[in-house]
Amino acid sequence: MARSLKKGPYVYYKLQRKVDELNQTGKKKVVKTWSRASMITPDFVGHTFAVHNGKQFIPVYVTENMVGHRLGEFAPTRSFRGHAGSAVKR
Amino acid sequence: MPRIAGVDVPNNKRAEVALTSIYGVGRSRAKEVLERVGLDPSGHPDSWSEDQTKKVRRMIEDEYLVEGQLRTDVQMNIKRLMDIGCYRGLRHRRGLPVRGQRTQTNARTRKGRKRTVAGKKKAPRK
Repeated sequence: MARSLKKGPYVYYKLQRKVDELNQTGKKKVVKTWSRASMITPDFVGHTFAVHNGKQFIPVYVTENMVGHRLGEFAPTRSFRGHAGSAVKR
Repeated sequence: MPRIAGVDVPNNKRAEVALTSIYGVGRSRAKEVLERVGLDPSGHPDSWSEDQTKKVRRMIEDEYLVEGQLRTDVQMNIKRLMDIGCYRGLRHRRGLPVRGQRTQTNARTRKGRKRTVAGKKKAPRK
């Protein structure tokens, strides 16, 4: 079930505040965030976010194509290194 | 065998089924088209007049995305996901299920035929 249009996309309010600040001052700074569920809106484009994956912050540079996705989609939480003894892959 | 959108539509099937041999046309769309042209969904395509065939063709080719164009669109969407490096794109790259299904067992449609791994322990018997 999709989210009601009336509400608009979900963006953590503190994150939104930081993005607005960056857009107003025209500065580029990496924004650290834990808010993986926040939707990427058009005003995020061009900024870099450090998205927490549970362990580290993964730098995500937002491009136009990413609008509508959520920040967490770009910071994988699992790292599959292959099974023991299988040298193949990648 | 009327030719619609570059595909031969079989004569030996009921119209609503015959039209589904076109990529991008399923049962609902087939029924919709037939209804709008005013044809019997149970009748076979060889019972159509030249004019009716033309109408069906026009409707399918012009109003819907079908066949080649639809395939390219789908591929483009997948490519976009892979290019932006999001989770769904990564799953496509790996050929694993994209929508959160389990992969410990099953998922054979995405993973392809079973590949046997040497030295893999069998489940212990009792």
